[in-house]
Amino acid sequence: MNWKVEIKTMLKKSILDPQGQAVESGLDALGYKNVSDVNVGKHMELVVEDVESKAEVESQIEEMCERLLANPVIEDYTFQVEEMEG
Amino acid sequence: MANKPWENEGLTEAEYKMIVDILGRKPNKTELGMYGVMWSEHCSYKNSKKVLRNLPTEGARVLQGPGENAGIIDIGDEQAVSFKIESHNHPSAIEPYQGAATGVGGIIRDIFTMGARPIACLDSLRFGDLNNERVQFLLEGVVEGISGYGNCIGIPTVGGEVYFSESYQENPLVNAMCVGIMDHEDISTGTAKGVGNPVMVVGATTGRDGIQGASFASDELTEDSEEDRPAVQVGDPFMEKLLLEACLELIKTGALVGIQDMGAAGLTGSSCEMASRGGAGIELDIDLVPKRETGMNSYEVMLSESQERMLVVPKKGKEELVEEIFEKWGLNAAVVGKVTDDGMLRILDEGEVAAEVPARSLADDAPEYDRESERPSYLDEVQSYDLSSLSEPEDYNEALLEVLQSPNIASKEWVYEQYDHMVRTNTVVLPGSDAAVLRVKGKEKGLAMTTDCNGRYCYLDPETGGAIAVAEAARNIVCSGAEPVAITDGLNFGNPMKPEIFWQFEKCIDGISEACLSLGTPVTGGNVSFYNESPSGAIYPTPIIGMVGLLEDINQATTSDFKDEGDVILLLGETKDELGGSEYLNTVHDLETGKVPELDLDLEKRVQDTCLTVIKEGIVKSAHDCADGGLAVTLAESSIAGGLGAEVEINSDMAPSSLLFSESQSRIVISVAKEDVEKVKNQATENEVSVTKLGRVNGDKLIINDLVNMKIGEMKKRWKESIRSKIEG
Amino acid sequence: MKFAVITFPGSNCDQDCYHVAQEVLGQPTDMLWHKDAQDLSEYDCVILPGGFSYGDYLRTGAIARFSPIMNSVIDFAKNGGLVIGICNGFQILLEAGLLPGAMKINDNLKFVCKYVNLEVVNAETPFTNQCNKGEILQVPVAHGEGNYHIDEDGLEDLIANDQIVVRYEDEAENPNGSVMNIAGICNKEKNVFGLMPHPERCSESILGNGTEDGYKIFASILEYVTKGSEQCG
Repeated sequence: MNWKVEIKTMLKKSILDPQGQAVESGLDALGYKNVSDVNVGKHMELVVEDVESKAEVESQIEEMCERLLANPVIEDYTFQVEEMEG
Repeated sequence: MANKPWENEGLTEAEYKMIVDILGRKPNKTELGMYGVMWSEHCSYKNSKKVLRNLPTEGARVLQGPGENAGIIDIGDEQAVSFKIESHNHPSAIEPYQGAATGVGGIIRDIFTMGARPIACLDSLRFGDLNNERVQFLLEGVVEGISGYGNCIGIPTVGGEVYFSESYQENPLVNAMCVGIMDHEDISTGTAKGVGNPVMVVGATTGRDGIQGASFASDELTEDSEEDRPAVQVGDPFMEKLLLEACLELIKTGALVGIQDMGAAGLTGSSCEMASRGGAGIELDIDLVPKRETGMNSYEVMLSESQERMLVVPKKGKEELVEEIFEKWGLNAAVVGKVTDDGMLRILDEGEVAAEVPARSLADDAPEYDRESERPSYLDEVQSYDLSSLSEPEDYNEALLEVLQSPNIASKEWVYEQYDHMVRTNTVVLPGSDAAVLRVKGKEKGLAMTTDCNGRYCYLDPETGGAIAVAEAARNIVCSGAEPVAITDGLNFGNPMKPEIFWQFEKCIDGISEACLSLGTPVTGGNVSFYNESPSGAIYPTPIIGMVGLLEDINQATTSDFKDEGDVILLLGETKDELGGSEYLNTVHDLETGKVPELDLDLEKRVQDTCLTVIKEGIVKSAHDCADGGLAVTLAESSIAGGLGAEVEINSDMAPSSLLFSESQSRIVISVAKEDVEKVKNQATENEVSVTKLGRVNGDKLIINDLVNMKIGEMKKRWKESIRSKIEG
Repeated sequence: MKFAVITFPGSNCDQDCYHVAQEVLGQPTDMLWHKDAQDLSEYDCVILPGGFSYGDYLRTGAIARFSPIMNSVIDFAKNGGLVIGICNGFQILLEAGLLPGAMKINDNLKFVCKYVNLEVVNAETPFTNQCNKGEILQVPVAHGEGNYHIDEDGLEDLIANDQIVVRYEDEAENPNGSVMNIAGICNKEKNVFGLMPHPERCSESILGNGTEDGYKIFASILEYVTKGSEQCG
């Protein structure tokens, strides 16, 4: 079975996000005064092929995130796994 | 096919008929598309070629003149320098980051295609009014694009210019120059010959990006241009860094017959130009081209402008060696065809002939036009503008501060601090001086490089403006201790179909030619960018001169900053009452008009020779070209850079504004130790050059007669923070 | 002594480091390709150079740390070999876990290239023994992601173990917003050093503003290797 995976990495809440701050002040300058807590992260998409169970895919992705896709020192990650049709 | 198939490809009916004559039949869609890009102004120079022939292109040091990917000059010791400037104006107007980035990527490829290791980039930029938000967006995007690409690939961006004028409001100019160095034995060319030799595509895969980019560059910007975004390519500097290393490694093996960048017009341009130069034909099978998208037809493959690709022709039997080297760098290398002897560019698609046209007809036989030319009517008005009625400023300190804060004069630190200008550890003179100076590792010599053009002068008087651009570039090279060697020209103009624009073009070329001949700096190549217009009009004519100079001894590299208290400040050349077109008029009186300063090329040469001679004697502590902003700005800049004041007393009956801000040409401000003043005077006298003692380096204030009296710190703050504060608020 | 400089795809200061080690310092130096995992014990110091390994894609240094040669570098470091990571090399050392902490994008989101004043905080390391504690060095930076981050516990450890080697002189000199103005740190054992500024760019008086302060870093390494650890650091 093939699986479509979407992964999101974000700086940990405790860590100052310079990009988020810049976006927030940019929005403010455009007149959006009611915006707060802007954070900028990364979105990744990939396909995992030939794995039978969702749990197995999830554990693989978890490992990928820990080892490469996220930097656990400063980033949190979340992901969604969906079975692909056909 | 539509009734007028040529229109989709940017061709005229007459051009279509020429194509039918060449082929003896109607072209198919792919063939017509290929003619469309190759016969576009961007690729064929069909509107400019006849005028460009007036430029001097020969000189003792020229090893390769115009016509190749880039020019080459000899710098001794069996070494050579390849350099070229190229515009990426329209892509940058639409998508500033990627437009500028791919401009940098393209010019770098042109240099390493010649076999040279790129060692430096310079970027000449023009924008509209910096107070405008859209202009700020463009400036930030362009600078980030140059920074993102150049820094990543690891080539220092050591110089260039940034100018602001409303004429560039909607049509910014982004001209990128690259300089590379090589041994004579590694000089490569874009030639395909040797029947049966394989033709290979190396580097990135081919996608649908940038189809018809060359045609896009050959059109005016309209409100719809924003919707043409797919025409803008995305650059990958990491890929190009690998491509650069792989290509240079490959060239070193001697296995290549020819190599050519796939820039404008992609596979079409590179294949027909290589075949035409070699007097050969090329057969390509588009099924073999590595692609990143599926279902691409022959038209799309042939016209794609995907970045970071090269076409190479190795000697037969060397295919595996090519593949091995590219494999090491993690890149594609695929045989896609072969060299033939029939002079045809033949494209196969799934075994069928999808296109078959004479290579030469695409590359070299585009029509050449004599465009109508007419002196613009505005010239009489601006050149006869009476400046004598203008009032003198009440406070010359304030006037000087105002000029120093003009974004055209102010420190460009905000820009160049975003560029890695030190990587490769050759940068001897950092950005901010007259010209960048780089050492040549392992040798005593060095290289100086600069870009220059005053578009306002070229608008007010195209011929004199064109000549001044060359003269100023040479002066900057000389002030840094180098001998001017050769130039590359980035010629930016409006729509050449308008007679007044074409006249500007012709006259600028006349001026450049005269100056190049007088100063001994031939043209080795360059780029023409027409159609720099928007609904509000054409840009100022802006022929940017990129010049390279040679220092015999790198230890003679000279900078513009004052060095020691007590040094005597001298002016080579004379200040005349010439405020027309000056930055002072622009900032203080809000006028861009008047008669531009005169240029006596013979005097210019003598002033430069004098300066270079005394620099070579080792007695010059600082040298600074006296140009934009005039004498007061020149002195202020040398003071600010050196952190040392100056006491200056000049006897003159000129109006104080002219004394301080006139932009008379052929002037250089130098400082020397007291005991060396006579030596300079003797040299100047011998060369029939006027030399004036202005004063001495002293204290922490700039004092000029009873007109200017200001702390260096105050001037520095205003000068240094001007651009940053406008952008960052 | 013998240096090794590692070239990753996208390294662009590898030749500069080679030039300083081989030509300026006059020590034999080899260039090693990242794919060639090998025993590094013949070398006295391994340099991870600056640049944009793998285009800085994903995160700076994140992909290079998995290059085959990095296992060799980790073994070499564990056996006490000297490793210096400059700029992107520092970022790779962080991603590889040879040094603690992580790198964020510069505070102002812009790449910055200029000379900065660096204060030598620890002059008793193999990399700084030719400097004095508190000495100010002028060294250029050139990076877009040099905003060093470490959590509070980690920071206390760094301080307690004298692992902060160089710091930007003050807030005004700090080009990226790094915590405590940190510019370079070493591991507890003091044999692995990472720093954002580029000492190889200011080791010859002909270049830039003429200072040779960067040379002191390379001279320190030479001193440590040739005189042994007893005398210096």
